[in-house]
Amino acid sequence: MSLEYIVNIIYLVSAVLFIFGLKRLGSPSTARSGNQLGAMGMLIAIIATLLNNQVIEYEGIILGIVIGSVIGITLAKTIQMTAMPQLVAIFNGLGGGASALVASAEFTRITQGINPVIELDVSVTIMLGAFIGCVTLSGSLIAFGKLQSFLVPSNAINSIFIKSLNLILFLSTIAIAIALAYSYTLGLDSGVNYLFPLLITASLLLGVFLVIPIGGADMPVVIALLNSYSGLAAAATGFALDNTMLIIAGSLVGASGLILTNLMCKAMNRSIWNVIFGAFGADSISHSSGGTEGKYAQSTTPEESAIVLAYSRSVIFVPGYGLAAAQAQRQTKELADLLQSRGIDIRYAIHPVAGRMPGHMNVLLAEAEVPYDQLYAMEDINNEFDNTDVAIVVGANDVTNPAARDATESPIYGMPILNVDKARSIIFIKRSLSPGFAGIDNELFYSPKTRMLFADAKRAMADLIVAIKELD
Amino acid sequence: MEGLIVSLYIFILAILVGFEVISKVPPILHTPLMSGSNAISGIAVIGALLIAGKTDNPTLVTYLGIVAVAIATINVVGGFMVTDRMLKMFRRNPGDDTN
Repeated sequence: MSLEYIVNIIYLVSAVLFIFGLKRLGSPSTARSGNQLGAMGMLIAIIATLLNNQVIEYEGIILGIVIGSVIGITLAKTIQMTAMPQLVAIFNGLGGGASALVASAEFTRITQGINPVIELDVSVTIMLGAFIGCVTLSGSLIAFGKLQSFLVPSNAINSIFIKSLNLILFLSTIAIAIALAYSYTLGLDSGVNYLFPLLITASLLLGVFLVIPIGGADMPVVIALLNSYSGLAAAATGFALDNTMLIIAGSLVGASGLILTNLMCKAMNRSIWNVIFGAFGADSISHSSGGTEGKYAQSTTPEESAIVLAYSRSVIFVPGYGLAAAQAQRQTKELADLLQSRGIDIRYAIHPVAGRMPGHMNVLLAEAEVPYDQLYAMEDINNEFDNTDVAIVVGANDVTNPAARDATESPIYGMPILNVDKARSIIFIKRSLSPGFAGIDNELFYSPKTRMLFADAKRAMADLIVAIKELD
Repeated sequence: MEGLIVSLYIFILAILVGFEVISKVPPILHTPLMSGSNAISGIAVIGALLIAGKTDNPTLVTYLGIVAVAIATINVVGGFMVTDRMLKMFRRNPGDDTN
């Protein structure tokens, strides 16, 4: 039995570990071991590769692994949980970038010599790996910039210029790819080598201009999609290198990213085309239809809210990204504990797009030590608002807007929302009556059941805690 | 071309396995799923190792390979570690002793 067989058997074992690892990631009690299985799969795949008799030079590899590990460990240990979307964006980009580099290196290697002939399937898959990898890399960097509000405007841009530019860039990559594939299949003059860097450049620019017009509120979809691309880039590179391990692992990630992209789109009632090309919210100001004349929002004080909360039997917290932006997770948990100690039933209702990436709010609350059996997904809690005394909305807005149910002219019409308006009373903690990301007025502010507590989330929580303690 | 067909089979079947395995993940775990699967997409490190380890490479290829090893390693090591850090935080109500 040759070494190659052994290496391939080990790859098979890693593939199985990846699949079981992903499966175990599906339940909170087994998720940690699932992640560890995945890491184990990766470790043995790397060891098997190093055993491979094609790998002879170790110095550069060791250097690369040491540098990569130090940076990776530092990032993983020091990142704030609120910045997880930025970190995942960066990691997506690096995954795509690595695939693009591998494809480029392979291209450079096999186009040495005079008039090289490359089979069509090899040249096409190399270019595909480089293309998807580059789009993932530059698109992720722009997504990072948007999330971090760094160098890139985070609002949506509706520009016919950018759309045309993207079309031109996309067609150019296809034209370059055809020219390269054609020349190498026939073994024509190797002078077309310069076209490959051009392909890389066009792909990188395409990634930039695809993500630039997309608004900050749509980043959960973009990150999920780029996650998928980073897997597909690895799979395409696997085709080029004829490496089964890359194809399997890349496809698994591609599938997982597509599922999450689809879930996020559903949660916003948008199609993926609408997210990428729709520039949602770019012309937001004009949407505040109806006006606010004749509508009156009732404000409240922490003391008054404390009484409402303290003498209720059930409370549902509805957290949004504003909660995390105000760093109020711990105060929220403290308030929830205080209420629970008075025998009040406490639950959290989490909208699928609360936060900046899929599931982000759950992580932020878990960090504040909120037990996960108090965290309810939208479909599991929406029927419970009817029987709930108080719904307390902190840092969320659009996901509670009843206009999504019945106002057909509203831009958020059809988006699934939390049925906060069904609760017996509603406390809305907000700094002002300003509209949310989508730029739409929320009629819930003016409901007779609603009291607005105008304050920064952290401040409001602290005031409520003090006020409730003073009741005894 | 025969190799391509086999690869296509593997690709399609792996995508289908992925859909099947992941479609039931609850929203609470979407972020760890994403960062964990993200770490798996660092599998490009395998390709990078194969390229960086060859002896007869032109220098440029070796350098590209080494850079690819480094950035894929960031993705792999950082991805798995930060996922573990997140999942460590998920806990049940301390009142329940079921965990």
